[in-house]
Amino acid sequence: MARAPKAAKTAATALSSSNSVSKEDLLNFYREMLLIRRFEERAGQLYGMGLIGGFCHLYIGQEAIAVGMQSVKQPGDQVITGYRDHGHMLACGMDPREVMAELTGRAAGASKGKGGSMHMFSTTADFYGGHGIVGAQVSLGTGLGLSNYYSDNGKVAFVYFGDGATNQGQVYESFNMAELWSLPVVYVIENNQYAMGTSVERASAETHLYKRGVSFNIPGAEVDGMDVVAVREAGLKAAEHARSGKGPFILEMKTYRYRGHSMSDPAKYRTREEVDAVRKTRDPIDHLQERLETSGWADEAALKAIDAEVKKIVADAAEFARTAPEPDPSELYTDVYLETAAQ
Amino acid sequence: MSVDVLMPALSPTMEEGTLAKWHVKVGDKVSSGDVIAEIETDKATMEVEAVDEGVVEAILVPEGAEGVKVNVPIARLTGEGAASPAPSAATPAPEVVAAPTPVAPTAAAAAPVPAPAVVLADPEIPADAKLIKTTVRDALRDAMAEEMRNDPTVFLMGEEVAQYQGAYKVSRDLLQEFGAKRVIDTPITEHGFAGLGVGAAMGGLKPIVEFMTFNFAMQAIDQIINSAAKTLYMSGGQIRCSIVFRGPNGAASRVAAQHSQDYSAWYANVPGLKVVAPYDAADAKGLLKAAIRDPNPVIFLEHEMMYGHEFEVPEGDHVLPIGKAKVRRVGVHVTLTAHSRMVGLALEAAEALAKDGIEAEVIDLRTLRPLDHETILTSVRKTNRLVSCEEGWGPMGVGAEVVARVVEHAFDYLDAPPLRVHQEDVPMPYAANLEALALPTVDKIVAAAKAVCYR
Repeated sequence: MARAPKAAKTAATALSSSNSVSKEDLLNFYREMLLIRRFEERAGQLYGMGLIGGFCHLYIGQEAIAVGMQSVKQPGDQVITGYRDHGHMLACGMDPREVMAELTGRAAGASKGKGGSMHMFSTTADFYGGHGIVGAQVSLGTGLGLSNYYSDNGKVAFVYFGDGATNQGQVYESFNMAELWSLPVVYVIENNQYAMGTSVERASAETHLYKRGVSFNIPGAEVDGMDVVAVREAGLKAAEHARSGKGPFILEMKTYRYRGHSMSDPAKYRTREEVDAVRKTRDPIDHLQERLETSGWADEAALKAIDAEVKKIVADAAEFARTAPEPDPSELYTDVYLETAAQ
Repeated sequence: MSVDVLMPALSPTMEEGTLAKWHVKVGDKVSSGDVIAEIETDKATMEVEAVDEGVVEAILVPEGAEGVKVNVPIARLTGEGAASPAPSAATPAPEVVAAPTPVAPTAAAAAPVPAPAVVLADPEIPADAKLIKTTVRDALRDAMAEEMRNDPTVFLMGEEVAQYQGAYKVSRDLLQEFGAKRVIDTPITEHGFAGLGVGAAMGGLKPIVEFMTFNFAMQAIDQIINSAAKTLYMSGGQIRCSIVFRGPNGAASRVAAQHSQDYSAWYANVPGLKVVAPYDAADAKGLLKAAIRDPNPVIFLEHEMMYGHEFEVPEGDHVLPIGKAKVRRVGVHVTLTAHSRMVGLALEAAEALAKDGIEAEVIDLRTLRPLDHETILTSVRKTNRLVSCEEGWGPMGVGAEVVARVVEHAFDYLDAPPLRVHQEDVPMPYAANLEALALPTVDKIVAAAKAVCYR
């Protein structure tokens, strides 16, 4: 697996913008981002009602990243992320019903009710989880990249993790091997500025996380993660880099989560003003709405129609998740092992 | 004044080697640091440097001699520089007293250590199968090579598995046959490469992840348990993880606490994993082939001290079922259970007990998860007595589980409280005498067996 040494690359690769998005693309982005927002709001509500248990990490504020990156994915490319995963699953095309039903622990859930919020998967959507251990998905996702390299199938693994995970040792073990073997992986750091209650400044000696690949010669770029078009533009370049055999690429998405780390987090480590300022000035959905309206690609009525459609989908998912039956007790013992084929 | 140059030990577990080449002859002057000979073991070829200065007075072991025991004098130096009586080349093991009169070993002496003689005919091996003497090391390698030939998605990754040919030479020649894409040298990053392996398995490949020893797998245990073992369940049966984690486990020799630990009980505690710990070469091959074919994550625990042992292995595609124990010796008075290297000790103990009229039945557990307790129960219902033997610590151990199952399911058959033989409840000490005291021994097994027989 050895290869010729490469010259060091600059850490911040300039990503020039191009006009790669059509009116249809933008309307789709709007719809998908809104679906995630409304879905998460409803999940928060169901949690408050006691229908969702345990940990529940909401994606509100970060929607542009999952949606923008999904738009650069090609069929068969894999997605893997940590526990803040509902948005990624919806962006990957998983049915809101099966995601919400998993949150309520029902048999019709994506993991038959055995995984919950943090552990959902869909082989048909090429979504590989949903992982509860901070940073573990980075090694696993790099392994998906290794399987692509091994099979020479032209696929790219998109590996998402937060600013908190960037201080985990296995992330760097994985960076090293990914670059050493030129694995087709795009690392997407969703820097929402707080690892639970600890800000990036209080946890990271180098706060520019796109530079974290420098000592491995992995190029990186900082991206406005609140702008779905900027996310897409950066994603296209990073995916092209990885797919063409040049190895991994790091995208640092500057973003913000509006809610607490999980539902049980009162978020006392930041001010209400700070959160409000981001919502008012940088909200990814408002931003896109403005863009659609000023460009004349959608009027208020068209956007309202999308709103109504999304609300209906989410209401249906919530009702389904609320009323669907729990797993049969016999499911307790299934899926521990796969049957061994006759030898 | 002359000084002997002794056969050096080149690894913690080396007992003998081949004197491959002399670089000096009688009459040559040597200085400290000069290469005087080449020594070959089944693991490596190493150069022997002179420690003392002097003139070669005699070559005591001829070039090409095999089976030269560690600490046997191989040459003699004279000269003013050779005045020091200190042993040369390598520090001898402390338990060895003054070297005996030098005798060149016969070139015919076989390098592999012969196995204990007591082995029952195996019902899983066809009577007409051609049996080939093979070391455990080569049996493991053959298993990997055969499965890699059969299935292009099988590959091996780990530290020093490729160019170095394996830290313990288990992967010898695999790089040459399968190339660098399928035999992958990793950096020393157990946590990371175990995670990559699990991810590649989720992506549809069948990785064999070698840990240089299972001591280092503790760095990776999160990925083994949280990712490999649990994801099938957490995904409602969607995400497969067909992967083998393998490498030496348990006590090596004189490497102290951080490099000498038996993890059998750790992994056997975890649903979602299968845990295999073979004793002989036939089982090593048959069970490793089964582990590679298994669609589940399998922990395959080898033993460094067994790598060089030679056993008969049936020729051809020898695959054994995971989850089946094996009765290695039939007896009526007491049941001994053991796995991995401890099986050999249990068999030796059984021979010693037979001299006192106690016929022990020896059960090789072979797989720890799922544990084949039916075979154990059947035996205990016959013998009414149980001694479990393991190399790891006793508390919460494999023996504790074996005893619990016997008490739960065959309590009425027991004529004596079961006993457990295991490592003393201390980290593994370095000093030779303390290490010997810490480890389970044949004598301890014999004593426990006699105790449950009230003898």
